[in-house]
Amino acid sequence: MALVAFFVLLVWVVAVRQAVLFAVGIGMGAALAGARFGFTTGWRQLVEDRDPRGTVGQLLLLGLAATLSMPLLAIYPELQAALGPPSISLVLGAFVFGLAMQISDGCGSGTLYKAGLGVPLNMGILPLFALGSFLGSAHLDRWLALGEVAPVSIVQSWGAGSALAGTWIALIAIGVGVRLWAGWGREWIARRWVWGALALAGLAALNLAIAGQPWGVVYGFGLWAAKLAQATGSFDAAGNAFWSQAGNAQRLSQSLLLDVTSITNIGILGGALWIAARRREASAHPLTARQWLIGLVAGFVLGYSSRLAFGCNIGAMLSGISTGSLHGWIWMPMAFAGTLIGVRVRRRFGF
Amino acid sequence: MTTRVLSSTLFWIALVVFVGWDWSQSPPIDVRREPPLVAAGSGQAVSGGHCALAR
Repeated sequence: MALVAFFVLLVWVVAVRQAVLFAVGIGMGAALAGARFGFTTGWRQLVEDRDPRGTVGQLLLLGLAATLSMPLLAIYPELQAALGPPSISLVLGAFVFGLAMQISDGCGSGTLYKAGLGVPLNMGILPLFALGSFLGSAHLDRWLALGEVAPVSIVQSWGAGSALAGTWIALIAIGVGVRLWAGWGREWIARRWVWGALALAGLAALNLAIAGQPWGVVYGFGLWAAKLAQATGSFDAAGNAFWSQAGNAQRLSQSLLLDVTSITNIGILGGALWIAARRREASAHPLTARQWLIGLVAGFVLGYSSRLAFGCNIGAMLSGISTGSLHGWIWMPMAFAGTLIGVRVRRRFGF
Repeated sequence: MTTRVLSSTLFWIALVVFVGWDWSQSPPIDVRREPPLVAAGSGQAVSGGHCALAR
């Protein structure tokens, strides 16, 4: 009921587009929570249990999203891809993000939907994720000074057809590698991962068509913290390289309800809440004080590193790869390398 | 009320308060200048923020 009321409010006082994007966000949250589509868990199960189902579900999502998004980008030149610059910042940020997400048990979308489900650690992490994301964006110019090249659009370079074919070939090659690692006797596909991939790919393409830009999570968090920092007088946006840019300064000065990423983030929280109201979650074992502290620190690092990496699993990996950005293809192996360390750290602290 | 329900309630109250605070200190929205419902085919350049943005 509250979700419907907020939808009507957005139509009435903000914009129909923002209300529709809120509904898309609810769908994303419901799909993530309903299918328990956890990027972090999928990778961890592959590494620790040689269970390929989650990773195969993610590869399917990437392929389906690319199949829908790349033609859209080719047909409608006003749509934008998620183009981040290949850089030292990206390599370091993605590695650290992949490490931290295993400790905090949630990536960008995972933190959101688990917070919406009412998981205490993820609710606690969210404000620190936002703070980290804000500080990462505020320091971004210094990280970029370490070395960067211009963003590379595979769709523009190769054309949509070749880019899509190349994307599927690369995803299938990864799938073969996953199968070799997991062994031949394993179950490949689970129904929940498949329907989650189908729903999320459709919603991601819908987000692209409506908002004109791919699905993202992290920018919205950073914007929220930047607004608070500015209001307290502890941050001068005009003197910052990132936040003084015209577009960022404008979004900082206007209501967050006009920001597309913020509105889908709120929708995801709402969609997960809707699922939580219909499903009795088994309560997780309570964390120790030390686990809480480590989890919260990991959440902050998650936010900071996601800005260095030009997105999280959604903004960089899903949106980057599905809209043909080279930075998505750099993000994925670096984050996976970080995950290999992260699962060990996670075990070390008894999560 | 379980701890989980209580913490979830506090979380949502904090979010609503934050959005309300932001609304109260932001300039009013001119609903007559709202963006197109669907960007694809609108011919208008996109102006949203995204995490892939370097600047």
